[in-house]
This record gives sequence, C-alpha cells and structure tokens, in this order.
Amino acid sequence: MTMSNIYFDHNATTALDNGVLQAMLPWMQQQTGNPTSRHIYGRSARDAIEHARAQVAEACGAYSSQVVFTSCGTEANNFAVKGISAIKPASTAKQILTSAIEHPCVSRPAAAMQQLGYISRKVEVDANGQVDLANLKTQLKSPTSLVSVMLANNETGVIQDIDSIAETARIAGAFVHTDAVQALGKIALKFADLNVHAMTISSHKIHGPQGAAALILDKKLDIQPLLLGGGQEKGLRSGTENVAAIVGFGAACELAMQNRAQFAAHTMALREQLELGLEALNVNIFGQTVARIPNTSFFAIDGIEGETLVMALDRKGYAVASGSACSSDSSEPSHVLLAMGIPADLARGAVRVSLGAHNTATQVKNFLATLSNEILRLKQMSAIAA
Amino acid sequence: MAYSDKVLDHYENPRNVGTLDKNDPNVGTGMVGAPACGDVMKLMIKVNDNGIIEDAKFKTYGCGSAIASSSLVTEWLKGRTIDEAYAIKNSEIAEELALPPVKIHCSVLAEDAIKAAVADIKAKQLAAKEAA
Repeated sequence: MTMSNIYFDHNATTALDNGVLQAMLPWMQQQTGNPTSRHIYGRSARDAIEHARAQVAEACGAYSSQVVFTSCGTEANNFAVKGISAIKPASTAKQILTSAIEHPCVSRPAAAMQQLGYISRKVEVDANGQVDLANLKTQLKSPTSLVSVMLANNETGVIQDIDSIAETARIAGAFVHTDAVQALGKIALKFADLNVHAMTISSHKIHGPQGAAALILDKKLDIQPLLLGGGQEKGLRSGTENVAAIVGFGAACELAMQNRAQFAAHTMALREQLELGLEALNVNIFGQTVARIPNTSFFAIDGIEGETLVMALDRKGYAVASGSACSSDSSEPSHVLLAMGIPADLARGAVRVSLGAHNTATQVKNFLATLSNEILRLKQMSAIAA
Repeated sequence: MAYSDKVLDHYENPRNVGTLDKNDPNVGTGMVGAPACGDVMKLMIKVNDNGIIEDAKFKTYGCGSAIASSSLVTEWLKGRTIDEAYAIKNSEIAEELALPPVKIHCSVLAEDAIKAAVADIKAKQLAAKEAA
C-alpha cells in the first residue's frame, strides 16, 4: 500500500481516530482489572465502561440502561433476531420478517430460527430499495414475532422510513428491530423516535476500534441472551468486557456526534460532485432519487463487471467496493439490487463509493478521470459491451 | 481476495484482445457464458489448411480471473492443432494462473470457449466439404 492510495470504502470500515486511540491506550498499556472484580483495578475498569455506555447512549438518543455491549454488529444482530423472535413461541407467532435487503448477519439468523419452528420470510422493497409498506401489511396478517429492517442500507445508502414500518409492525403485535450500523454518525439518530424495540450500532464504522458494538434494547423485553456465563451486561451478554474497545467506542460516539453535521455537509458535497461526473459517464446510480446517508454512492456500468472494475481501480490506487465486503469472495450479484428489480447483468457491474471526512474534492476529481479511462479500457476488452 | 501475479500480468497486459472475421471459413468462434451468470467469453481462432491454429483473439466480460484465463488460452492456442486445442483442460489453466477455488469456474469457461470454437470450425469445415 502506497501513501498515494485513496480510501473510498468507509461503509466497510474506517480508520481509528487518533483521539480515540489516545482514550484507549491506558486500557491497553496499564494493568487493567476485570470489570467484575471488586478491587480498585476492577472498579476503575467498570467506571470506564459506564462512562463509555453514557457516551454511546447520548449519541443515539437512548438511556444508558438500554445499551448492551457486544463484540461486533453481527453479534448484536444475531442477539436481536434470535433473542427477540424467541420471546413469542413459534406456536403463537411463527413468522419472522426481514427486509429483502438486510445484511446476512440479520437474514441468516432469521433463517436459522426455522429449525426451531419459526418461518422466515422477506419483505419486498421497491425499485429504490425502500420497504414496500403494503407488502409488509399483507405479510403481517400472519402472526409475527419480529420485523427487522435496516435503517440505512450498507450498499445503496438508502434510508428506510423505520418510524412507519415500526408503527405498522407494532399494530400487528410484532416486535421491531433495526440495524442502524450504517446510520450512526451519518444521520441524526434517536432510538426513542424510531419507535423500535431494539437497534444495532457498531464502533468501527465511526472511526472507533473493531471489536465493540451495541444492541440498544427496550428493557421491557424478556430476551434470552446468546452467551451465558458470568452475567455481565446485566446477564444479557456474559463474557469479560473488551474494556479498551468499549472505551474507544464511547470516545468515537462522542466524536461522531460532534462532527455529524460537518460530516454530512462535507460528504454530501463530494457525492454531488462524484455523481455529476458519473452521470456524464452514462453510469446507472441506484437509489439516487430517495433519501440516502450522505456519503454513499452505488452505481453500475453496462457491460463492465463490478469486481473487475474494483480490481482495476485498486491497481490505480482507489479503494472502492463491489457489493458488500462480506460477500466479495463470491461472485453472486448484490442481493440488494436484485431485490430492487435490477437485472442481474447490470447488478454484477455494481461498485460502491463510500466517502469519509478526510476525502477531498481533488480526490473525487482524479477518481472520475481514472474511472473514465478504465471504463474505456475494459469496454474494449468486454465481450458484451456495445 | 488476492490475485496471483500471473493473473494481474494478463489483466494489465492482456494478450490478443480483439476479434477475427467471423465470416472467414477458416475462423471458428466460441461464445460461452451469460451476462447474468457473471462471465461471457468470446474466443475466435483462425486455422490453416493443416489444421494448425494460426491466430487467436478474445473478448471477455467478467472478473480479472476470467480475463486472464482467456488471455492465457489465446497464447496457448497459437501453433497447436485443433485436436490439441480441444484437449486443453481447465485444470491446466487454473494451475498456470494459480486460481483460487472460487475462481475455478473462470478456467472452466475458458475450456468451454476453446471447445466451442473448435466445434464451430469443424462444423464450418464439414459444411464446406458437403457443399463441394
């Protein structure tokens, strides 16, 4: 990796902020106690976690008591989907509904619940990638234990009307969970306003360390934990806390809240510049006409394979993604685009640029020039391009 | 996923990109794959009267491994007889390019493209004989 490489993949992960690292260092360099221990070392680790809990709660409009720390977003989503749907026995509320565009760490645990007698079904989305409320209402006629819909999609960046989705689901007697991992730090986030029972957020998307995330949970739910043991996190998530990572998550949340308005204005201006350039190159941009998180642009070029373009851009020093990072080892087209009714051959061309606070207008300008050259080069080689 | 140096070399400097005259009785065309499946390869070979492949060109829509697989076979095909070409196995291509398991299908597609091109030239030759 050379210094001239440009990082345009912030929805995958972000660099650790130096201030966050400074907050974490004491918990990595000095003797840290087990937060469960009663001595001074243990108590001071416990205090650090509780301080982080307050910072996390503040950043997403929740109470500290609602924050359950986990090791990653995937764990929080598994905990929510498995734990909440199991509150209602399969004999009375068989159905688990997830949107067709969920991350696999929601859709797979939902599918796994079928072994316990539940039925996992997908809620359709429209051509812009927004949940079809009429379809949700129809499906909710079957007794449903849980509806899980992500707040902002990791690929398209499209934002869901979670408030309406939650209202519809609650009327039908279902619990509601939202994966807000891509929303935190990018749009205003208030747990209470979303009207959901549970919400997932993660540290490493907001310049915090990997290894910390949280499920924000309505404590009225009698939810069974994934991990049983010493009873940490009020019995909801046993296991010795990752003190340094949790402290870093808290610091990153405070930073994200301070910087959110500036981040939104900066990345939205860069994205407008990017998409103006993309339009000139005859590129298909997905979800462009609806509300999106400000930093994300998902697009495809007819006749060019997304993975090939990602590789081509990587060779020229630009880090972008094709589909979601978790599935880039497989050559299946994006399930998000297929759910939106995008033809499979165009979906295969999809490339995601997700901007960050440190990206600049010059980087976007140079990227567009490089992209234009690579499109020409790949089209000459392509067996299907016009 | 990491690409091998050989894949990157073929990807950066693809050999024999292009097309041959498909109406030439000595040119066979193999078009395999589908855009919806992720890869499409178009392989064209020109065969002389002794059954030796004189020229080969490709165009590929697909990932870097698919491009590299087709580029590599165009190099291999030149100078071989069509029967020798027909005997090329995907495992040889995958081995030469050090393709990972998820990319083996690219080498399979390249083998299919060779077989389709050879079948096309044989059909053309047969049709020419019958016409004569």
